[in-house]
Amino acid sequence: MSSPAPVALLVEDEPQIRRFVRAALEAEGWTVHETGTLRQGLIDAGTRKPDLVILDLGLPDGDGVTFIRELRAWTPMPVIVLSARAGESQKIEALDAGADDYLTKPFGVGELLARVRATLRRHPTDSASPVFRFGDVEVDTGSRAVRRGGTLVHLTPVEYRLLSLLVANAGKVLTHRQILREVWGPAGVEHHHYVRIYMGHLRRKLEDDPAQPRHLLTETAVGYRLAACD
Amino acid sequence: MEPDRPDPDFLLARTRREELAAARGRLRIFFGSSAGVGKTYAMLQAAHRRRDEGRDVLIGVVETHGRDETARLVEGLAVLPPREVEHKGRVLPEFDLDAALARRPQVILVDELAHTNAPGSRHPKRWQDVEELIAQGIDVFTTLNVQHLESLNDVVGGITGVRVWETVPDTFFDAADEIVLVDIPADELLARLKEGRVYRGEQAERAAGNFFRKGNLIALRELALRRTADVVEGDVQRYRSDKSIDGVWKTQARLLCCIGPHAGSEQVVRAAARLAQQLDMGWNAVYVETPQLQRLPAPERERILRVVKLAQELGARTTILAGSDPVAALVEHARKENTGTVVVGRSGARRWPWRRSLSEAIAALENDLDVIEIGRGGRERGAPIAAREALPEARADMKSAARRMRYGATLAACAFTTGVAAALFPYFELANLVMVFLLTVVLVGVQWGRGPAILAAVVNVLAFDFFFVTPRFSFAVSDAEYLLTFAVMLVVGLITGQLAAGARYQALVAGHREERAHTLYEYARDLSGLLTPEQVVETAETFMSQAFRAAVRILLPDGAGRLQLAGTGSKSPVDAAAAQWSHDRGLPSGAGTDTLAGNDFLFLPLKAPVRTRGVLAIRPQRTRDLLVPEQVRQYETFAALTAIALERVHYVEVAQDALVKMESEALRNSLLAALSHDLRTPLAALLGLSETLALTRPALSAQQSDIARTLAEETRRLIALVNNLLDMARIQSGEVRLNLAWHPLEEVVGTALRAARAAIGPRSVAVDLPPDLPLVQIDAALIERVLVNLLENAGKYTPPETRVVVSARVVDTEMEIRVIDDGPGIPRGREDAIFEKFARGAKETATPGVGLGLAICRAIVEAHQGRIRAESAGERGARFVVTLPLGEPPAPPA
Repeated sequence: MSSPAPVALLVEDEPQIRRFVRAALEAEGWTVHETGTLRQGLIDAGTRKPDLVILDLGLPDGDGVTFIRELRAWTPMPVIVLSARAGESQKIEALDAGADDYLTKPFGVGELLARVRATLRRHPTDSASPVFRFGDVEVDTGSRAVRRGGTLVHLTPVEYRLLSLLVANAGKVLTHRQILREVWGPAGVEHHHYVRIYMGHLRRKLEDDPAQPRHLLTETAVGYRLAACD
Repeated sequence: MEPDRPDPDFLLARTRREELAAARGRLRIFFGSSAGVGKTYAMLQAAHRRRDEGRDVLIGVVETHGRDETARLVEGLAVLPPREVEHKGRVLPEFDLDAALARRPQVILVDELAHTNAPGSRHPKRWQDVEELIAQGIDVFTTLNVQHLESLNDVVGGITGVRVWETVPDTFFDAADEIVLVDIPADELLARLKEGRVYRGEQAERAAGNFFRKGNLIALRELALRRTADVVEGDVQRYRSDKSIDGVWKTQARLLCCIGPHAGSEQVVRAAARLAQQLDMGWNAVYVETPQLQRLPAPERERILRVVKLAQELGARTTILAGSDPVAALVEHARKENTGTVVVGRSGARRWPWRRSLSEAIAALENDLDVIEIGRGGRERGAPIAAREALPEARADMKSAARRMRYGATLAACAFTTGVAAALFPYFELANLVMVFLLTVVLVGVQWGRGPAILAAVVNVLAFDFFFVTPRFSFAVSDAEYLLTFAVMLVVGLITGQLAAGARYQALVAGHREERAHTLYEYARDLSGLLTPEQVVETAETFMSQAFRAAVRILLPDGAGRLQLAGTGSKSPVDAAAAQWSHDRGLPSGAGTDTLAGNDFLFLPLKAPVRTRGVLAIRPQRTRDLLVPEQVRQYETFAALTAIALERVHYVEVAQDALVKMESEALRNSLLAALSHDLRTPLAALLGLSETLALTRPALSAQQSDIARTLAEETRRLIALVNNLLDMARIQSGEVRLNLAWHPLEEVVGTALRAARAAIGPRSVAVDLPPDLPLVQIDAALIERVLVNLLENAGKYTPPETRVVVSARVVDTEMEIRVIDDGPGIPRGREDAIFEKFARGAKETATPGVGLGLAICRAIVEAHQGRIRAESAGERGARFVVTLPLGEPPAPPA
């Protein structure tokens, strides 16, 4: 990366929350631009060229989902949304529109920084080697082979498609809708329990304890995420 | 069509009769021709038989008249102590109705049905006490002599010459379930009298001289036998119609009794009652009030109204008609009511040979009507109606004052006419001057009626004769011509006066009717806009007191059904007991009725369709109004309107309450939304800022960073608490809609374990889920919450070395999820209580939390149609079991 200090754009109307998010990011070496409105946020996203956008979904002057759609029209820059509790549908909408991750208020500094790191890590690895590792599992996207602890694991075609989708979006939250569309095609969008059943299969084949998974994580009521490492 | 198919109306009537009989007690009357035949003795014997059958028999009141054999029979039966009533310095023992009702025997003996209660008792008559006992389901044995029957009252009076004041209505007698005739031949009765077994000593001699003559006794015996036969005949009829034996169906025709203004009309009424009873017909009684009759003095009118009331008591449907032609009104009524037979009193000696009697007039107008004439008898024959306590009449002499004014004005008009005639005298013929006088007579007749018209005719003729006819200024009538003038003027005056009075009366009646309808309309309109009971009461009281010129009170029941005087306090009190009686029974009481008649007020229950809404108490200025059936019916109409208004207002209140509840729910929801935002935003800032402290440069001292960490921890706890409170409120307000989907339980358990990781700490957690566990239809976020709460509880209330197991099994059609630990367990007996809000296992521990976790669990599980319970797992440990319905899982992916 050329710039010595990464730039974050914070779109949030609560000054106290802005204050601690800025403090946390600056402690990590970020340069932070703040704004309280969506309009100004869009302008800043164009002029400041940030490396990361942190967007509150509950802004007074408009719908955060529209903001993401407009942003996605010209840039793939990572977006983390901040949402209220019990706002699952809002989160899912934002994720479907292209947000990378979400944080539910109130959140701690630790959670915030973990998400920021995970999001950033994902983005530069697009063109890296065709072999992806998590835990003792190796996914060779070139030869379509999956090994666990060195032994080949047999996956059905659907299981493999699901796994490779998760691998391609490692660290990012995928909604049920996104997974269904990618794996089963537009016709499968209504069968949410398909995803759950196949995730179960994958866990049984790839996790030590499928009831306490460490990598193939469920984001309750939202979707799934592949946690590559922690 | 089957010819002998019973009329549905009769079947309905029979069913109703049976239903009524089932709830009511049975009445057995021991009926005799006179005192001394042994009614009380027979009654006591029957009572002994009942007692031997094991029934609860109580003597309410029995008069032994000092007869030893009767007194012996009283022994061995329970006797109700009498109620002592003080009246005019004497203490009278009276039957204690309330004690009898409270004691509730199966059979009660009440001697002497016709007895009149001491003043101040609830009912004036003992038969009304008996009626109340029967209505309460108590069987009654009682005794009655034939001369005490209302309809035979005057007949007996005619035979024996002894007037009896205490009577029992025939309707009550006929409604008795059993009539037992106690009969001995006249000779034997006389023998018993001589032996002193009926009356003692002097009393016996007196009785033998007056009442107990052999002729009397035979006649009375015949009457009693016949009356009993009538009842038996009625039973036979009823039995035949019940069993559909043959076509002796009652006709629907009714008897019409005309009540005349003359003395003796009560005989006609009694005769009509007897006739109707013998013919098994219903009957109507009608009084036609003509203009002449309206001018009767008040005591006369009251007497007539009492006759109307008597007819009502004898079972008649009574009506008062207004009209100038009584015959036409009667015939019209007869047609309308489908009455084929008219009973009239025989006219006395005809004063005018050309005038037809009433019966002839009726026959002339309507040939189809049968007319029965009843001899009215003289004033002396038979008994007049028992005098009531005179209703106090607020009498003003306004009427006579008005009359004097009218006659004075008539004289003035005559003087004026004479003056005018004098002025015209020089220019006009005498014959033309007569016209002026005639005009005055006509005008006076039109204006002031018949009396003044006659006066005007007389005065005018005299004045004409005196002033204008030669020889002038003397009354010598030289010319016979003017005698004709005089006659014509008198006749014209009479006719005009009569016509005018008739027209005026009709107009008055029409006006009254119009006014009544109008008042009713206005009242209904006024009531329709009201919204609170207070408004209804106020409107009712002011409106009715003006419309009826009466004192009006409305009493409304409180929550416990006790009546309270509604409205402002500055009112004269009313008899609360009478009002309460009316309210509880749904029957009128007080003045003009048979219950607690000593009251000033008439109490009418406000009966609405659903239930009685209160009591209307009314005291008209003219107490006579209470005797006029039309007027009372008008009161009843107003009472019904008021009742309906009260009921409507009641339901308005109910609807308003519901609305307020709905609005408060909406308010609560928006309050919740606002709260959750306003609480969480500062908490989020607090959490973030406290954690940022650790990141500040230069680094904090050890002590400072410790404080920062504590701050952040406490904030997290506060957040958890707020979340719990808000969730509980949301779930309870019914706002939460379940986002149901089919989930593998494994996944939900997984997320719950991850979320509760920090709280579980070092405790080991084992998951035991069979691989073939079916999907369950749940709201994953909420069930995760249940599991997190259960796991956090395990973390909170158990020592660190505790082992926790999460397992699930299918049991029948349900999924059973268990969270088990081997910690200290749940205190005995609190397994259910811990699910209550703000409940905790052991009181006052240092463990943080307010005890909402399990309450939320229960709310969520119950929203899923499931159950949650806590158990002590053997020696140690706690077991929480969540049971969820399985349902029909969707097809697995192809």
